[in-house]
Amino acid sequence: MNQKNILPLYEIFIRSKRGLDHKHVGSLHAENSEQALEYARDVYTRRSEGVSIWVVLASDITASQEEDASSFYDPSDDKPYRHAMHYVLPEPINNM
Amino acid sequence: MTHFELSDAELEQRFQQRIDDEQKIEPKDWMPAAYRKNLIRQISQHAHSEVIGMQPEGNWLSRAPTLQRKMILLAKVQDEGGHGLYLYSAAETLGASREEMVDALHEGRAKYASIFNYPTLTWADIGTIGWLVDGAAIVNQISLQRTSYGPYARAMVRICKEESFHQRQGYESLIALVNGSDEQKAMAQDALNRWWWPSLMMFGPHDADSAHSGQSMKWKIKRKSNDSLRQDFVDQTVPQADFLGLHIPDEELKWNEERGHYDFGEIDWEEFARVVNGDGMCNRDRVRHHKKAQDDGAWVRDALRAYEQKKRANAEKAA
Repeated sequence: MNQKNILPLYEIFIRSKRGLDHKHVGSLHAENSEQALEYARDVYTRRSEGVSIWVVLASDITASQEEDASSFYDPSDDKPYRHAMHYVLPEPINNM
Repeated sequence: MTHFELSDAELEQRFQQRIDDEQKIEPKDWMPAAYRKNLIRQISQHAHSEVIGMQPEGNWLSRAPTLQRKMILLAKVQDEGGHGLYLYSAAETLGASREEMVDALHEGRAKYASIFNYPTLTWADIGTIGWLVDGAAIVNQISLQRTSYGPYARAMVRICKEESFHQRQGYESLIALVNGSDEQKAMAQDALNRWWWPSLMMFGPHDADSAHSGQSMKWKIKRKSNDSLRQDFVDQTVPQADFLGLHIPDEELKWNEERGHYDFGEIDWEEFARVVNGDGMCNRDRVRHHKKAQDDGAWVRDALRAYEQKKRANAEKAA
């Protein structure tokens, strides 16, 4: 395929219901964001799965890599005191 | 997506219907200008409270009694900064800019929780803040998880998950104090004496005197009234004070069998007004310090920007 004819890739996020976050559902190719929105409607919400769609150019997404996870998240691994249940409280007031 | 056929009155009626149906309002929805303004005011002041709240606790970071307590306090103060960010971001979805919100704080046009205008005099204040101030914030924020504006509600869910750590670490450190020496127990009692009433003030004026309450309840920005949240807080906190063996400084406090709630004394509303209007013990310090932190950090932001521009210029040259 001619490289030039490949349409850019868009990542699609859908809000299934008011009050909920948009959630990633997949991706598709489109000429521009308006077209991506219409394609997303046709592909991902045929059964009224959503009330709102976000389309984002895949190339605009910067992502951390799972292989780097150990060093990336290392600073929070040894801090159990950040969790509420680290604090042992006596039974009568433990519902705090 | 377009509203050109509907009048403002019709739009407003649809908007109210959506709220009455317990649906959330999302950023791109049509909303009355006053709803937007009211939300920006409330969310930005909530954000300012989180950030200014880092100061009284930060005051004890270098003097925490053990390394463990210092790490815990540092983690808590870090959380507060994060909460500020969640909230500023929620306000930004309404079209408010971060700079404008921070300017409003510095110029005294925006308020923050007045409890942070009281000084933290002893180590026991830190445990007491976790227990009472975060405890009061949780009562308020649990109800705000059901607020009508989606991004605010979602920020509240995230924040509430983290607040439980804050309150428990505070209470646990008070357990250590009340089981310590007589001096330590007295220090805990002294802290409760000073923080109890300001904690009750956190819920704001009586419902009848609250400027924004009526409309906020109709729009479900607020889900419970100031007085009913305050009552919830008192009811849950009294047994916790009893367990610590500490005395709540209110001689009118007693269980009312008929109401199924604790009765409690009247807040000193004069003090409340004084502190809200800028004349508490630390008001000027808090804002001055926030400004200074921002000014002192300017060179870092400038350097980051300059480096980014240089990188881009080099990339363009290479291309």
